[in-house]
Amino acid sequence: MMNRYGFRKFKNRLFFIICALCVVVAVIPLVSILFEVVIRGAPQLSLNFLTAPAAKGGIGQAIQGTLILIGLTSIIGIPIGVLSGVYLSEFGNNRYAQSLRTINNILTQFPSIIVGITAYGIIVLALGAFSAIAGAIALAFILIPIVTRTTEESLKLVPNNLREASLALGAHNWRTTLSVVLPAAKNGLVTGVLLAVARIAGETAPLIMTILGSRYFFQGFNQPMAALPLEIWRDSLQPYPDLQAKAWGAALILILMVLIINVAVRLASRSRMKT
Amino acid sequence: MMTTQEQNISKTIPNQYPPIIDAAAKMQAINVDVWFGQKQVLKSVNLTVKPNTVTAIIGPSGCGKSTFLRCFNRMHELVPNAKMAGQILLDGENIYSRQIDPVQIRRRVGMVFQKPNPFPTMSIYDNVAAGLKLTGVKKDKNLDEIVRHSLERATLWEEVKEDLKKPGTSISGGQQQRLCIARAIALQPEVILMDEPCSALDPIATAKIEKLVTELKQDYAVVIVTHNMQQASRVSDYTAFMYLGELIEVGETRQIFENPKNKLTEKYITGEFG
Amino acid sequence: MRLSNTQQLFSKTKKFKLTGDNIFKILAAVVAASALVILLIIGYTLAEGSVPVLREFGLSFFFGQQWNPIAGKEAFSILPYVLGTLATSGIALLIGVPLSLGIAIFLVEMAPRSLRLPISYLVELLAAVPSVIYGLWGLFVFRFWMLNYIETPVSTYLGWIPFFSSSLKGLNIFTAGAILAIMIIPTIASISKEVLSAVPNSIREGAYSIGATKWEVIQHWVLSYGRSGIFGAIILGLGRAVGETMAVTMLIGNAIGPAAMPTSLFSSSQTLASLIANGFMEAPRGSLASSAYIGAGLTLLFISLLINVGAHLVMTRVFKVKGGAVE
Repeated sequence: MMNRYGFRKFKNRLFFIICALCVVVAVIPLVSILFEVVIRGAPQLSLNFLTAPAAKGGIGQAIQGTLILIGLTSIIGIPIGVLSGVYLSEFGNNRYAQSLRTINNILTQFPSIIVGITAYGIIVLALGAFSAIAGAIALAFILIPIVTRTTEESLKLVPNNLREASLALGAHNWRTTLSVVLPAAKNGLVTGVLLAVARIAGETAPLIMTILGSRYFFQGFNQPMAALPLEIWRDSLQPYPDLQAKAWGAALILILMVLIINVAVRLASRSRMKT
Repeated sequence: MMTTQEQNISKTIPNQYPPIIDAAAKMQAINVDVWFGQKQVLKSVNLTVKPNTVTAIIGPSGCGKSTFLRCFNRMHELVPNAKMAGQILLDGENIYSRQIDPVQIRRRVGMVFQKPNPFPTMSIYDNVAAGLKLTGVKKDKNLDEIVRHSLERATLWEEVKEDLKKPGTSISGGQQQRLCIARAIALQPEVILMDEPCSALDPIATAKIEKLVTELKQDYAVVIVTHNMQQASRVSDYTAFMYLGELIEVGETRQIFENPKNKLTEKYITGEFG
Repeated sequence: MRLSNTQQLFSKTKKFKLTGDNIFKILAAVVAASALVILLIIGYTLAEGSVPVLREFGLSFFFGQQWNPIAGKEAFSILPYVLGTLATSGIALLIGVPLSLGIAIFLVEMAPRSLRLPISYLVELLAAVPSVIYGLWGLFVFRFWMLNYIETPVSTYLGWIPFFSSSLKGLNIFTAGAILAIMIIPTIASISKEVLSAVPNSIREGAYSIGATKWEVIQHWVLSYGRSGIFGAIILGLGRAVGETMAVTMLIGNAIGPAAMPTSLFSSSQTLASLIANGFMEAPRGSLASSAYIGAGLTLLFISLLINVGAHLVMTRVFKVKGGAVE
């Protein structure tokens, strides 16, 4: 009996240690990634590296391309996503909305490379050329479901009595939504949208067959374009150390963009919770 | 509303049970203080639980009676930020001393909760047998016998003997609570703590549990927390009245209800507040 | 389908008038259909693009092993890549699930309160790192960890078993599966965390009251109560692993044809996603090869749909039933 009890206590301690180790094991890659990206990427940084195009040894065209992609995708995707989310949250109590919600949830989990092929099929083939716009549409297909979902989630957090108060003042449904519900959900909404944008900023697979990549600065929406993730992928597979080093430099810029958004958003939402 | 006058009264009462170890006690709480974070919820509470008796703890909600009960099997430790000072003796041994593991204390001091909480993922049989299986008792005739005996003791056997394989949550609320009592009995504890065991039950189920409580004292010391004064007077031998984290008065149940010594107790018994 | 639903909307409003409210509502309803539209576009484009290859090869597209784009000798079969996808995802689950559950358990049941939020953040940051950066790190750092500490010792002592034979490059199914494991940890851990948090405290209390140790409470009660939710979390993690592209593409060794059959833990292979990422751009427009890549995409779409619909069914059931039980 006593032995059995000792064994139970031992098991209790053992699994505490195992679970704590799981956390450590999961954090090691994160720390190593950040460490390596900084150590190998930082030496590359220079004004020339950040602003010059490929021919002059920089990644300026890739940074520019990623920013254009983010902007273009946001213009296409955010309004559609937010409005869809508004519908699901404010009028979403019917079967139609229910099935859209399900489809939307499934879309958020779709492999992004499939979206790439789709954009290739409907845009690249139709326009006859790889183009910035095809890349933006592919990314918008990924962005819209995520924004829809986070919009719905943040609107659901707005207390109902706020809506009722506005309606009781004689405001219309749509006015209530636009001038009461959306502003009340603003913080959550902005957080969610920023995180979604951060996610698509790092997407690579759908860009391969849409924007193709380029050594030059922006040439037009119907022309191939560069982007940081593509730059990283292509350079890293080259057998030349200087190109590999370039990949690490580009990775540092990309991870800074993504992590700054993530960390800032989290810190902001945490300080809000405290007040 | 608690007035300052009432507060003053409670401060002037000497402790009826000074911290002297009572050799005849099954359990004894000595100067128990409990804090949740910064807030002190129990202030120097003393109580003796005698073997083969039912001790009721009454008081208005928020007076700390459930918290106090949970100190008797160290369940309050599961609440984050809970701190405790003082001693609780079980057969003269402090259950809070360093070398004692709460896991072993809880086998000796069983507990029944406010809401029936049979394990939903386990059958009725396994609900009763779970505690024993943890200690390595194998499923055999002996275990069957203990399960049967515990269910009989909890006056549930006749109602569920055909359904032992069904989930523990498939029976009625009153039956579930008796299942929880059987679950506690199966470990052959020495003390059974009950935290308002009838508050979620209908009158008929309540009557059954009350009858069961009076029977259980043949084998165990029972401590029952209740906000129902009639229930306390029906089932208990001793009654303790708590108010705002302090133990105001304790004595034989009849004395407490018929002839309370403290004005606060009297006010509470007569329904002037609470 | 969209039309008829909109009509339903119309018929629900008894006297339909074109007020501002109705315009707004209908506008929102139409825009919300974007999800359906996207799904249909994806489905149609992939199905249409796959027609040539399916017409040419029929079932052998799914069950053969050859991949030959040379005109006149064309042969396209995706079996090796389906198996490669399953193998890498399987390895990812084998490694990732225990780690994720350990993290979720630690966060919900064990960690001091002050550590819970920071640890959650760190785990979420794992999800924020772009796939291509996992690939880069995998190619230059992680691959050598795997090669030096696992692949080389294992194949040195057990290499005579075909399952452990190795060419010692570190670019193979095992490395790809291991990096996928890291990438699916945030998904599985965060959902499991929610599932475990939803386990009612009364169950834990009941278990403690009969003298269970903390681990026993977790093992016999908490995990058993949350098992279907955890199952759902694992399926969602599987969904992520199956579709993950860049990191796998950079680490799996990119074999093609019969050589891509996952015969050993350390053999190089391909997943459906990496096959497309590597080769799609090299196939001439409108060629049979191009159609074959799209067919691989269609197959990936089906696998992903199957997994995600399954996960959806499990999760809605879990949160309905258990949500009710909490009350």
